[in-house]
Amino acid sequence: MRVTTPTEDLFRGVWRENPVLIQMLGLCPALAVSNTVANSIAMGLATFFVLCGSSLLVSMFKQFIPHEVRISTYILIIATFVTVADMTLEAVVPVVHKDLGAFISLIVVNCMILGRQEAFASKKPVGRALLDAVGTGVGFIIAMLMMGSVREIFGQGTFLGISIFGPNYEPWVIMILPPGGFFTIGFLLLALNWIRQRREPRPAVREWPEGVAERRVA
Amino acid sequence: MGDLLWILMSAMVVNNFTLFYFLGLCPFMGVSARVETAVRMGMANIFVLTITAICAWFLNTYILPVAPYLRLISFIVVIASLVQIVEMTIKKVSPVLFRQLGIYLPLITTNCAVMGIALIAVRSNYSASESFVAGFAAGAGFLLAIVVMSSIREKLDTEWVPKPFRGVPIAFVTAGLMALAFMAFDNALLKNLLG
Repeated sequence: MRVTTPTEDLFRGVWRENPVLIQMLGLCPALAVSNTVANSIAMGLATFFVLCGSSLLVSMFKQFIPHEVRISTYILIIATFVTVADMTLEAVVPVVHKDLGAFISLIVVNCMILGRQEAFASKKPVGRALLDAVGTGVGFIIAMLMMGSVREIFGQGTFLGISIFGPNYEPWVIMILPPGGFFTIGFLLLALNWIRQRREPRPAVREWPEGVAERRVA
Repeated sequence: MGDLLWILMSAMVVNNFTLFYFLGLCPFMGVSARVETAVRMGMANIFVLTITAICAWFLNTYILPVAPYLRLISFIVVIASLVQIVEMTIKKVSPVLFRQLGIYLPLITTNCAVMGIALIAVRSNYSASESFVAGFAAGAGFLLAIVVMSSIREKLDTEWVPKPFRGVPIAFVTAGLMALAFMAFDNALLKNLLG
């Protein structure tokens, strides 16, 4: 495994290995609470806090955690931080807490956080683990912001509550409902795939999936 | 009895776990390539979700009065151990069944759906029988969604899909269309059906 520099650790999680859009982890909260930008930001910040806190603790105590029970220990540490985040949100911004509902508690089963502990924080020193956690957390917030902006702008005509299109805008209500979440992430991933495929050199012969070339008449 | 029927239908189609609450998306996207595997995953899920709902009720009744801040931690510890125990029991009791759904059971531990049913059952203050029905219905709804999804995906595999769409994007758009269709099941419809 090649040695990575601190800057690499920090920026890797932000875009190139973005947890939601590239690695497809943590999809449940990304789709569920991204119906407004305010909710997306709150969820992103809560997850950022849990991720950084648990990476820090796991990396600090990695010598003392026996290998057989490591996953359970990571989950316990994550659950503690999630409980703290949940109570803090309830005390500081009760409106947002009610909007997010049970999804704050569901941060504990977010594959992204457990994945970072298992793959990185349990093997690297505290500083690197923290950098990685910050990068991944920022990447998650960026992905949430992208989803939330699209859904709120089209679904309500507002951004953070400020009306953009004026009072005569007919909102696409579907965007703030569950199907809208699926469509938004589908089209976001589509856009990313398209950009990535344009960068690749074009093959000389157009390739179809197996069996389709024979059946196409055009 | 009407109450339980309402909970059954509501958790199964109106508030479908995957298409409404967005829970259980990782296995939904990951396992739905073929109908056979989807059915087995759905069955395993029904099993785990029902037991989890009961445990959630049990824990809630005895933990909440004493230490409410321990709710999340106790849930996750119980769920993780429960799935482990279930896996070992199935392996011992019925090796055939284990071989058929064995690999999916560990995947279910960090599945949002399991934690989700626990939290939802607690939040709605269900009694023991209501929790049982809610857990079963959540699993049944997941089975329904994943079987429909896998049938569509199996068909999509043999058709031409534009290159940027291939793989995950088309799956999400399909899920979106399914969610749109499931929106037809709402509370008004349930009221008309069940009175």
